[in-house]
Amino acid sequence: MKSSDQDLSQKTGRRRFLEIFLGAGITASLISFLYPVIRYLIPPRRSDLGSNTVLAAKVGELKPNSGQIFRFGEHPALLIYTASGDYLAFTAVCTHLGCTVQYQPDQHEIWCPCHNGKYDLHGRNISGPPPRPLTEYTVHVQGEDVYVSRTAAS
Amino acid sequence: MSPHAHVRAWLDERFGWDELMSFIRHKTVPLHRYSYWYYLGGITLFLFCLQVVTGILLLLYYRPTPSDAFGSVQYIMTQARFGWLIRSIHSWGANLMIFTAFAHMFSVAFLKAYRKPRELTWLSGMVLLFLVLCFGFSGYLLPWNTLAFFATTVGTNLVAQVPFIGHWLLIFLRGGSNVTGATLGRFFAFHVAVLPGLATMFLLGHLLLIQRFGISVPPGVEKEWQAKPPEEREIRFFPNFLLRELMAWYLALGVLGTLAAIKPWGLGTKANPFGSAPAGIRPEWYFMFMFETLKLIPARVGFMTGEALGVMVFGVAALVWTLLPFFDRNPRGRASRLIAGAVVFALAYIISMTAYGYYVSLK
Repeated sequence: MKSSDQDLSQKTGRRRFLEIFLGAGITASLISFLYPVIRYLIPPRRSDLGSNTVLAAKVGELKPNSGQIFRFGEHPALLIYTASGDYLAFTAVCTHLGCTVQYQPDQHEIWCPCHNGKYDLHGRNISGPPPRPLTEYTVHVQGEDVYVSRTAAS
Repeated sequence: MSPHAHVRAWLDERFGWDELMSFIRHKTVPLHRYSYWYYLGGITLFLFCLQVVTGILLLLYYRPTPSDAFGSVQYIMTQARFGWLIRSIHSWGANLMIFTAFAHMFSVAFLKAYRKPRELTWLSGMVLLFLVLCFGFSGYLLPWNTLAFFATTVGTNLVAQVPFIGHWLLIFLRGGSNVTGATLGRFFAFHVAVLPGLATMFLLGHLLLIQRFGISVPPGVEKEWQAKPPEEREIRFFPNFLLRELMAWYLALGVLGTLAAIKPWGLGTKANPFGSAPAGIRPEWYFMFMFETLKLIPARVGFMTGEALGVMVFGVAALVWTLLPFFDRNPRGRASRLIAGAVVFALAYIISMTAYGYYVSLK
């Protein structure tokens, strides 16, 4: 009687061991299948390859009191030539939900048409839903070229 | 023996054809004054099949890259023979299908057809509705026009407001930090491979459950229905109900053909990721009520942004709505009456916010 009890407990012990062994094996192989798939789904982080300075426009391309979108790395940016003859540059990505903003010559404001967000010419969010100001870039004119670069602070 | 009977006997001998077909002969549909609501699910199913067929046809010419997508849809609309008709039916059909899916859901909610034992039928239906909305969202971007480009930028940015996993979801959906060709490729893969596969699976499950439980008689008319003589309580599914359903399908096809012919779906202008967003950016009409609600919430509420709050409120509401059958256990209980009120409120809210969006906000 005793020996058969021992037998049984030995058997269940063996069974338990095999169950754990099999379960762990299947779980491990599932993880090893899923891990590459999940990594594949997330694109690799691309460093913004463009340098910190970009040629945004040529002098004379913009009329006074107008703006134009140019490409700065992966994102659109906005170059404004004010009525007083200054160049200003900001990111054109609205801080609300990422639409591309534009310059409004009659109001002297930057406007996002998606949800009617407004920024002043310092990039400050003055009306509508945008939660933060637009990042400002520095502009320098070299001969005929208007260069825009990321401000040291950002 | 006629050739037809011969084939039938052959099939019957091998896998019991007659037994398989007997369930169709015995399937019945209850007949009462709300019976016409039963057609909506079938119409949605028909429109889904139509989407599959027209979608496959569009696939023959469509090319999912930022440089080619717009041009290929333009080619379908102007060069390919009847391409305008195929695409217009696909676009109108998608909108009509979402409408009938919503109508089907609300009819089930009003008639309380989700009650025990049909909880899983409701759940599978809610999954299908979610998939249908994903179809709409992903398909909207595929022509790569300006309106769709910015609507997708805004829409995916809203997904980023989901707590904890929001940013991860944004990267997953866009295939990067911006809406680019990678986004188009992903949305294309979702739209033509992932979603159809999932939808087919859940659709089969949904139909199987309906077959298993039969069709619900609304509690409101149950007494009146029971009082009828037995032979007037039900009609046979085959052929009586199916033939009526076919008439409804024919009608839906007629509506669709008319819309496609007199108002072919527009294409807009090609998207320029480095151009300004145009005025009047808006989502498809079925997202309008959420879009309008988000606009009315202040930019900051307490410690969170208005968008994050809105997305959370809609998330919780959708979850509660999905679990509706589990709250509605006793047909004469208070909860049941409360839910009936909530259903009326939900419908009124969706209709009035959509109307507000089109007639007040966009003016």
